[in-house]
Amino acid sequence: MKYVIVGYGVAGVAAMEAIRTEDKTGEITLISDDPHGYYSRPGLAYYLTGELHDRALYPKSSEDLRRLNFIALQGRVTKILPKQHTLEINNKPPLIYDRLLIAVGSQAIPLKVPGAELDGVVKLDHMEDANHILKHARRGKTAVVSGGGITALELVEGFIARGMKVHYLLRGDRYWSNVLDEQESRIVEQSLQKEGVILHYHAELVEVLGKSGRVTGIQLQDGKTLKCDLLAYAIGIRPRVDLAKEAGLEVDRGILVDECLQTNEPNIYAAGDVAQVYDPSTGTSILDSLWSPARQQGRAAGLNMAGKKTPYTKSVPFNVTRLAGLTTTIIGTVGRGRDEDTVGIVRGDSETWRQLPDAIVAQSGFEVNNLRLLVGERTLLGAIIMGDQKLSFPLEKIITGHMDISPIRASLLIPNAKVGDILVDFWTKNWAAA
Amino acid sequence: MGLLSLFKRDADKHRVLSSGHVVPDPARCVQCGICTYNCPIGIDVREHAWRGVPVIHSQCLTCGECVARCPRGVLRFEKTDLFTVKVDE
Repeated sequence: MKYVIVGYGVAGVAAMEAIRTEDKTGEITLISDDPHGYYSRPGLAYYLTGELHDRALYPKSSEDLRRLNFIALQGRVTKILPKQHTLEINNKPPLIYDRLLIAVGSQAIPLKVPGAELDGVVKLDHMEDANHILKHARRGKTAVVSGGGITALELVEGFIARGMKVHYLLRGDRYWSNVLDEQESRIVEQSLQKEGVILHYHAELVEVLGKSGRVTGIQLQDGKTLKCDLLAYAIGIRPRVDLAKEAGLEVDRGILVDECLQTNEPNIYAAGDVAQVYDPSTGTSILDSLWSPARQQGRAAGLNMAGKKTPYTKSVPFNVTRLAGLTTTIIGTVGRGRDEDTVGIVRGDSETWRQLPDAIVAQSGFEVNNLRLLVGERTLLGAIIMGDQKLSFPLEKIITGHMDISPIRASLLIPNAKVGDILVDFWTKNWAAA
Repeated sequence: MGLLSLFKRDADKHRVLSSGHVVPDPARCVQCGICTYNCPIGIDVREHAWRGVPVIHSQCLTCGECVARCPRGVLRFEKTDLFTVKVDE
């Protein structure tokens, strides 16, 4: 059996590991256009801040990779020919496959304003981008960051850590308003301001200004201009579907696959950011662009490719990130949508859960702590935990396990309830009993 | 919070550190490697997080560097089996 995997991200690596649990001898070839191989793309944010060295971003040792027994090719796939089971590769002989996995991920949506091609306009997709940014990020220089989500904030924090002056452009009246509520946005914004970031609200970038091919500033829609040496943008990501589309595979926003990660071509699979996976529980196909689902999808795809039928089940949305220095966990529904299921929103801070059972006292504290729970009829629908994370693990299990919270629902909804105490008490009893 | 309870918390912390080990939650981990990078004795904590197994290692000092540095709250100390992660891979 000849397996070919396109893309050297976590989905591809998880697929190889899964194939090897079922098939020790089949030939696996992995091809990628990223010269840096397998590294932690989310970790690039911490490389920018200087919290780790780039060499630390590679999770697998050469011994780990050798054990997977595969051929690694660097190159760009130019065409997939499904009928011939063949890949055409730039400057290399074509590759024949029995089973193909497309796991090429997603990439930053390009900036489309005049001046976007100037030297000093940067994004954060790959190791190359991070190296490029670090070459230009110098103490005392000025950066402008445009974009509303996590990556934009990572860029802001990277520049601040490098001693730069940072302007952060927000299109609306607050940070990440489709996920965070106003109080949470303000916590992030205040934290940024404390670090010296200059926030610009309702700021729409219309042009990058330059001289001799290099960025010198930007212009906003209201006519205001800002001088800068770097402009970083993170205005969203888009699955890399071009190859699949051209090959005649069914594509919506991502490559459409069934719950076994199979495309409309029986021997071609897709996983990770590029895949839009059918979810039988809702009847819709969903794009996910997080590390953990990519790993789970890659694993399921690998098993299916090796002949072990394994459906991928999407779990409750779950993401952990760091917003302006605050570890933040987002579980389930917290943003817009599905509001009709929510019967109440409960807020708390961590003061109530400073005194916790032994097992969770060891995490270091944060200055700011904020908790928001979305309480449903019988279950918790979602939670966002900023700063102190002691309650995050119990909440993850309560929400993802759809635990029946009716016994504590009323007490949670009482104004100024000791939310932390109630949850910990409920959790210790129920988890210990389970 | 009174001074006494602060001391108690500190004492609790030391007790957990000395008798516990580091347990990862793989669903949170993005394999960035800050844990491994900061381990003073070079344990590959990240690899444990990938496999979802506790860092049971004879040389682990339970110093807490990896737990404190992880930007995504992947790691925690565990003394009892109260929060045992069920590994399904």
